[in-house]
Amino acid sequence: MAKVRLQQIRHSYNADAGEKTEYALQRINQVWEDGGAYALLGPSGCGKTTLLNIVSGLLHPTEGKVFFDNLDMTLTTPDQRNIAQIFQFPVVYDTMTVRDNLAFPLRNRKMEPFEIEERVKTVAEMLDLTALLDKRASGLTADGKQKISLGRGLVRSDVNIMMFDEPLTVIDPHLKWQLRSELKQLHRRVGFTMVYVTHDQTEALTFADKVAVMFEGEVVQFGTPEELFLRPNHTFVGHFIGSPGMNLLPCELDGGFPVFAGNRIKLAAPITQINTNKKIELGVRPEFIKIDENGFSIKVNRIDDVGRYRIVKAECLGQNFNVYVPEGLEIPTENLRVSFDPQHTHVYCDGWLQNEKEPA
Amino acid sequence: MIERIHNQKAWFMVLPVILLVAFNAVIPLMTVVNYSVQETFGNNVFFWEGLKWYEQVLHSERFHASMTRQIIFTSIILLIEIPLGIAIALTMPRKGLGATLCLVLMSLPLLIPWNVVGAMWNIFALPEIGFLGHVVNSMGIDYNFTQQPISAWVTIIAMDVWHWTSLVVLLSYAGLSAIPEAFYHAAQIDTATKWQIFRYIQLPKMKHVLTIAILLRFMDSFMIYTEPFVLTGGGPGNSTTFLSIDLVKIALGQFDLGPAAAMSLIYFLIVLLLCWVFYTLMMRNEAR
Repeated sequence: MAKVRLQQIRHSYNADAGEKTEYALQRINQVWEDGGAYALLGPSGCGKTTLLNIVSGLLHPTEGKVFFDNLDMTLTTPDQRNIAQIFQFPVVYDTMTVRDNLAFPLRNRKMEPFEIEERVKTVAEMLDLTALLDKRASGLTADGKQKISLGRGLVRSDVNIMMFDEPLTVIDPHLKWQLRSELKQLHRRVGFTMVYVTHDQTEALTFADKVAVMFEGEVVQFGTPEELFLRPNHTFVGHFIGSPGMNLLPCELDGGFPVFAGNRIKLAAPITQINTNKKIELGVRPEFIKIDENGFSIKVNRIDDVGRYRIVKAECLGQNFNVYVPEGLEIPTENLRVSFDPQHTHVYCDGWLQNEKEPA
Repeated sequence: MIERIHNQKAWFMVLPVILLVAFNAVIPLMTVVNYSVQETFGNNVFFWEGLKWYEQVLHSERFHASMTRQIIFTSIILLIEIPLGIAIALTMPRKGLGATLCLVLMSLPLLIPWNVVGAMWNIFALPEIGFLGHVVNSMGIDYNFTQQPISAWVTIIAMDVWHWTSLVVLLSYAGLSAIPEAFYHAAQIDTATKWQIFRYIQLPKMKHVLTIAILLRFMDSFMIYTEPFVLTGGGPGNSTTFLSIDLVKIALGQFDLGPAAAMSLIYFLIVLLLCWVFYTLMMRNEAR
């Protein structure tokens, strides 16, 4: 187990292209504490798998350094780093039995046979594989196989970091829930540092204590699920997390407060110093828009009933946005007026969150 | 109650296939079956002979001898070409110009007509004027494939390996290319050795293509005719007279149509049986 520190990591797949060099990762700085559960969340092509491979040692970064407990591991190979990785598609040794699969990494590390037996037994119990130990791995279902590849990491008690690269991609939806919660329990039990890469926000937010949201090769925000929800650092985070995501509305600034559709919007505190040449946006989650007689008027285009709540697809001066209305609350059919919760309304400049003045 | 509709017109749809299969397989095969149970003296006069020709062929020492030669030849071919093909495929580059070049080079022997292969090797290996024959003889080894059975065998095997190993290489290469990177990564993380990677990842993943490679090489080498016919004509003596060469000698040389037909069918059944055995063995663990 180890604390992982990434320092100024940059990576390019065409490093020699000079001016034209395209960086898949731009300046990543991260610290992952020993025993934590982390997630890398982002859309396809944002560089999360590249980052994962740099941590595991399958790739060496173009620039920057990787530290495990203050040891520089940048140029070492995966086996030297003593990591475990679970891939998108289950990787098992088809011709071996489940038992041999689990014992394989230990045998290669020349562990005593009785110790191997012991470890395999423990891990098989943890993963509910005991009954299948003598079956051939090729005969198992996708989730069974994925458990084996997880188990091959778990048998090694000295793993520095355990990484998951979208491990539930090929698992049936009804088993996803189950495996996800099992994984969470497992993390509490074994205490390995775990990093989970996914493009599914539910997976990331339920698994991880802290999530790094990635966008175009950068970590745009690193925080707890709550922070990501309440104070998105970047419009991408606001939009990507939540369903539906944050409403982003173009606005103007007047004396530190945004003006949207002719209405001055209240904030927790006024905005300081802003370059008005940049793109200014107002961000508010659908959950924080309230039906309010004293608010401003909007036009309702459609109402989607999602069961526990309803989503109102509204429009105001050509800008579309969503309003979240809890069950049981009446939606006026005519002249719907709403207001934004000042505590949870933010202003973004060129995509980045603008700090409000500390309330006096 | 719903009236059952009688419409047999659909049968016409399958007519082309039935005709094709009939002309392609059934009719010629039935002709051979016909010949194999009768004696004919020409003029379309036939006498029923029952299983006489089958008994004759199965008890003939000549058939046993060519069968033994055939089995030895095919075994040697498979034992050389399959491991060699896998070994070459493993060392071939995976991408870039090198990969393309290797693939083109590997396909070349497969594109040469069988007759030409025989003729090429004949000239190549001639003791006096052929390059191979000349070099081997000048090294002090007595080599003459037209007179020594051992030399003839070595030449035919070398020719077949040259001609057909590529097929195994290409199939294995396709199998290897289909293995996702993640398997190699996982193996690296598990600190697997090169041999373990081969044994537990590459070989199992190549199983299907190798089954096809073995079946194709088995069938082709078991039925080999053109190349040894052009190279040695079955000689010296009978030393390279394989089943097909022997069959042609009986059917067209001696014009013994009955025994030849019986032998053809026995030959066919043996190939079919062995293919089935191979296939069942290779696929034994698939169903579960």
